Amino acid sequence: MRNSLKKIALLFTVIVAIAQLALAQTNNPEMADVMRSNGKIYVVVAVCLVILLGLIAYVIRIDRRLSKMEQQNKD
Amino acid sequence: MHKSWWKITAVILLIYTIVGGFLMDVPRLFILNESIRNLYFHVCMWFAMMILFGVSVVYSIKYLSTQKYRNDIFASSFAGTATFLGLLGYATGVIWASYTWVTDQGQSISNILKEPKLLGAGIAILIYCAYFVLRGSFTDIDKRARVSAVYNIFAFVMLFPTIWIIPRLVGSLHPGAPGSDSGNPALNFKDIDSRLRMVFYPAVIGWTLLGVWITTLKIRAQLLKDKPLLQ
Repeated sequence: MRNSLKKIALLFTVIVAIAQLALAQTNNPEMADVMRSNGKIYVVVAVCLVILLGLIAYVIRIDRRLSKMEQQNKD
Repeated sequence: MHKSWWKITAVILLIYTIVGGFLMDVPRLFILNESIRNLYFHVCMWFAMMILFGVSVVYSIKYLSTQKYRNDIFASSFAGTATFLGLLGYATGVIWASYTWVTDQGQSISNILKEPKLLGAGIAILIYCAYFVLRGSFTDIDKRARVSAVYNIFAFVMLFPTIWIIPRLVGSLHPGAPGSDSGNPALNFKDIDSRLRMVFYPAVIGWTLLGVWITTLKIRAQLLKDKPLLQ
């Protein structure tokens, strides 16, 4: 009797586990949660920011140089 | 730098786009998964392109009514930056589609090749490439300005059927086609989540301002170069 109860309990947990797994698959699309939890996403943000700021610094430099040329051209 | 307040705005909005775009919460969707964040980059390229083409066509019309060479420089510079943004939009779209359409949905190569959104966008960009070929083929400046201004209006009008209307009529894998709730997916309030809009609208403004900034540099260089012609 005790043995069969144990078996039923085991079966029940297995079914619940499978159901949860299936539920997780249908309701939760896979996202890059690992990347977020271990903080690697900040590396990506840092790299992208460096590229963006570098490009903007370049644009600012061209802007300054053009302003200077415009000044020279005035007189 | 002259008139710098909107340039500073552009930089702040772009920094916010990258930080917020990667770190803020997004809806969990099938097929798209984490790649929904491309909305802040790929879609913004097309939005900025449309706005700059719009500005370009306004200057073309201004040229036709005033015949001032200055307006022709403005129109061609804006069209140039916009075409470049369109190419970036196309290139990013290719990468995005190869993961969401080919890998995840298992679409065949023939389905991708007859994809109306890709064909339409390709045609639209080619029409604008023809604008620059046309400009390059004139030696007379006034004639070049006049003919290319008229052509620019035609090219702008062609954008609407090729990019916006036809893909929505015939059905497409791209969001916004019939079957996927229709309308512009980026502007439709049912399709786009409020969490996405928090970053998406500032991103559109930021990328557009950066496009305008680069264009003003080109315009100023051209004005310096053509100074004798302008007086």
